[in-house]
Amino acid sequence: MRVTINGTDHDLDVPDEMPLLWAIRDVVGLTGTKFGCGIASCGACTVHLEGTAVRSCMMPVSAAAGKHVTTIEGLAPLDAPHPVQAAWVAENVPQCGYCQSGQIMAAAALLRDKPRPSDDDIDAAMTNICRCGCYPRIKSAIKKAAGVA
Amino acid sequence: MTTMTIDRKNFLRVVAAAGAGLALGVEMAPPGAAAAAEFSPVAWLRMTPDGTTTVMVNQSEMGQSITTGLSMLVADELDAPWESVRFEIAPAEPKYYNPFWHGIQTGGSKSTPTMGPVMRKAGATARAMLVAAAAQRWHVDPKTCTTSEGVVTGPHGQTAHYRDLLASAAALPVPAEVTLKTPEQFKIIGTRRKRLDLTEKTNGRAVYGMDVKVPGMLYASVEKPRQIGGKVASYDASGALKVRGVRKVVQIGSGVAVVADTTWAAFQGRKALKIAWAPGPNAGLTTEAIYEKGRALVKTPGAVIRNTGDAKAALAGGGVKVISALYETPYLAHAPMEPMNTTADVRPDGVTLWTPTQAQTAAQKTAATIAGLPLEKVVVNTTFLGGGFGRRGEIDFVADAVEVSKAVGAPVKVVWTREDDTRNDPYRSGTVSALQGALSPDGKVIAITNTTANASVFLRAAPQAVKNGVDPGALRGAADFPYHVPNVYADNHIRTDVAIPVGFWRAPYANANTFGTESFFDELAHAAGKDPVAFRLAMMEPGSRPYIVLERVAKLANWSTKPEAGRARGVAMAKWDDGFVACVAEISMPNGKVKIHRMVTTADVGLPINPEGLDQQMESSMVYAISAALWGKITFADGAPVQGNFNDYQVLRMADSPEFVVDIVKNTEEPTGAGEIGVPAVAPALANAVFALTGKRIRTLPLADHLA
Repeated sequence: MRVTINGTDHDLDVPDEMPLLWAIRDVVGLTGTKFGCGIASCGACTVHLEGTAVRSCMMPVSAAAGKHVTTIEGLAPLDAPHPVQAAWVAENVPQCGYCQSGQIMAAAALLRDKPRPSDDDIDAAMTNICRCGCYPRIKSAIKKAAGVA
Repeated sequence: MTTMTIDRKNFLRVVAAAGAGLALGVEMAPPGAAAAAEFSPVAWLRMTPDGTTTVMVNQSEMGQSITTGLSMLVADELDAPWESVRFEIAPAEPKYYNPFWHGIQTGGSKSTPTMGPVMRKAGATARAMLVAAAAQRWHVDPKTCTTSEGVVTGPHGQTAHYRDLLASAAALPVPAEVTLKTPEQFKIIGTRRKRLDLTEKTNGRAVYGMDVKVPGMLYASVEKPRQIGGKVASYDASGALKVRGVRKVVQIGSGVAVVADTTWAAFQGRKALKIAWAPGPNAGLTTEAIYEKGRALVKTPGAVIRNTGDAKAALAGGGVKVISALYETPYLAHAPMEPMNTTADVRPDGVTLWTPTQAQTAAQKTAATIAGLPLEKVVVNTTFLGGGFGRRGEIDFVADAVEVSKAVGAPVKVVWTREDDTRNDPYRSGTVSALQGALSPDGKVIAITNTTANASVFLRAAPQAVKNGVDPGALRGAADFPYHVPNVYADNHIRTDVAIPVGFWRAPYANANTFGTESFFDELAHAAGKDPVAFRLAMMEPGSRPYIVLERVAKLANWSTKPEAGRARGVAMAKWDDGFVACVAEISMPNGKVKIHRMVTTADVGLPINPEGLDQQMESSMVYAISAALWGKITFADGAPVQGNFNDYQVLRMADSPEFVVDIVKNTEEPTGAGEIGVPAVAPALANAVFALTGKRIRTLPLADHLA
């Protein structure tokens, strides 16, 4: 099947039921998208499917066939970070950093849908887990990126 | 396609480039060319003609920002511009050993106290040699030269950039003694600095153990017994071998490994295995049985861990009010975001590891033993760690990879599932604490006794540290409180009756014991009819470090002002080595559940190196501890952990995350570490707030089990 990832077409010879996460990581070789729980609970595997944030660890790769997927590597060029990434740097958000790709992809999708989110909007959309406890900084960074802080 | 392929030779260079915030795969200068003009007077730093100073960090970066903190120490003593500093994670070689650990290891909040002086000396040594080189060039006395921002200035205004002095400095002898800066000379230490690993942790390029890919690598995952201590009796691999992508099935020490072309195929292969398990020593074990025995144990005398004055006589004496209480804490999993994993390449002549470890030397020894090779034949490449919290000081996940690679003769990445991680974790031991206190008629604490029972991390991980039954960790949180109490008696029972391995979990021992002691001091305060802050302050020397910490947190938390209707506050203190913390939680309880509005922590960890990093550590400690206090518990049925993933091992998310206020005391005391100290006071502060709000004293964690 063909999946377009970060603008590049990939013809993937993998079982239909392989989660998109493992096709991205082990087959395509993009490792910015993380494995955290395998049950779509923690959000470390968040990518965009046709622009919508999805948890790729439980989504079969076949669900992405013929569609566009964006991973953290494709969110923005390295030398021109996405406003969410720039805000993450400004707020010194990460600690261990493992969950941050998923957090950033979730935040970028939130801001596309709701450019000026309320605190409640942020709480509702940002259900990703961070065990290091970056939540207050994530919230500040989202507000900064949205220009509401 | 940007597949990241890393081989043995250039792995460290890749990490180095990442450390500088550059894209992966950036070519470094060829080693020969760089070596000619490099200046590396000590193992800990290397200066190159491009003006870069590379700091070699021997502590694992698991989020605590140690790579930034140690680099700041070097940069300040060196007087190098901060923008020119980057870091590399050091290889596990003797020249990088931490003098405290006699090897390479990260834990116990020991990185800054143990490596701080070494790193400062490294920077000062390089600076002294660069000054000497400039002075020699100018024929002046080095004492007449000054340095700033990577430039030496001579007595007549001559200037020379460090980058132009490297070759001459490299030709000079390395001084044995150097003078370190005094605090008023610091330019970088004590200033807020963002993390050096910030960029690659926001663009997906940071390389964790999970992300390692080496040529010819296979993926493996290990089916382990559900019952802790269970064994494989027999297995049938035929079904697994039919799964697409599965290459081999091999039995190793921890279970049955499925080796495949992808992680997913290995996971699927595991589901198709048929394994007959043999029960182990925990067969039939339940959580109830563990605690029933614990409650019986604390009624009997244990090994004495503190004996000040005569607490028993004071309790038995007349005219005192005696209060008794029993406190319990559950077993807890570490649950770092990155499940355990390691990549190993075992060859006849050597082993290479790529691993997110907190214990490089132990990993090296483990691999050497399994491979039957000498220690120096094991190369350890440390990746970024997706959380540590003590979990990654273990070697079980390293052993898995080494055993599988050895068995299949190829490089193998072993990946644990979240369930593997939660159910095969050397847990934070559950504890039972029996406390007694005596109050004088005027409401002063004249005696405290505390009898605790818990499994011993030290007995498992470093048995030589346990002498005459005394666990060196047992005092932490149990009876090392900062209060002056004239009579204190504390004893401890090491639980050897439960064969569930326990491990170092953020703020080991203190994380559980402090819940009992600080809740109990709150009980005593209320029994004495006193305000919990005033009651504690009265037991400390005004102006002392812990006194200041409590005073400051009370002010920041508006302790003296009544909270808004429906809210209450709770306070607690904690100690780690020579550092002190006080924490105030402000909560309400809509629908009977705890809603945390605000958490305030004041911390005195000695000289603050990077206040920004300390803020992050305290925020992190509060979040980690809130998860544990509200919901955290691992329970056992027939010797098997019940919980497995974030659906049943609940942790804090954004919506429940309160406002955090962090206050770092600025002084020039010896720096203590900051990774642990923010954890222990959180649970008692919350429980004390619940009492203040409802009058209900919760003496068993997690709190949610006893509410609504």
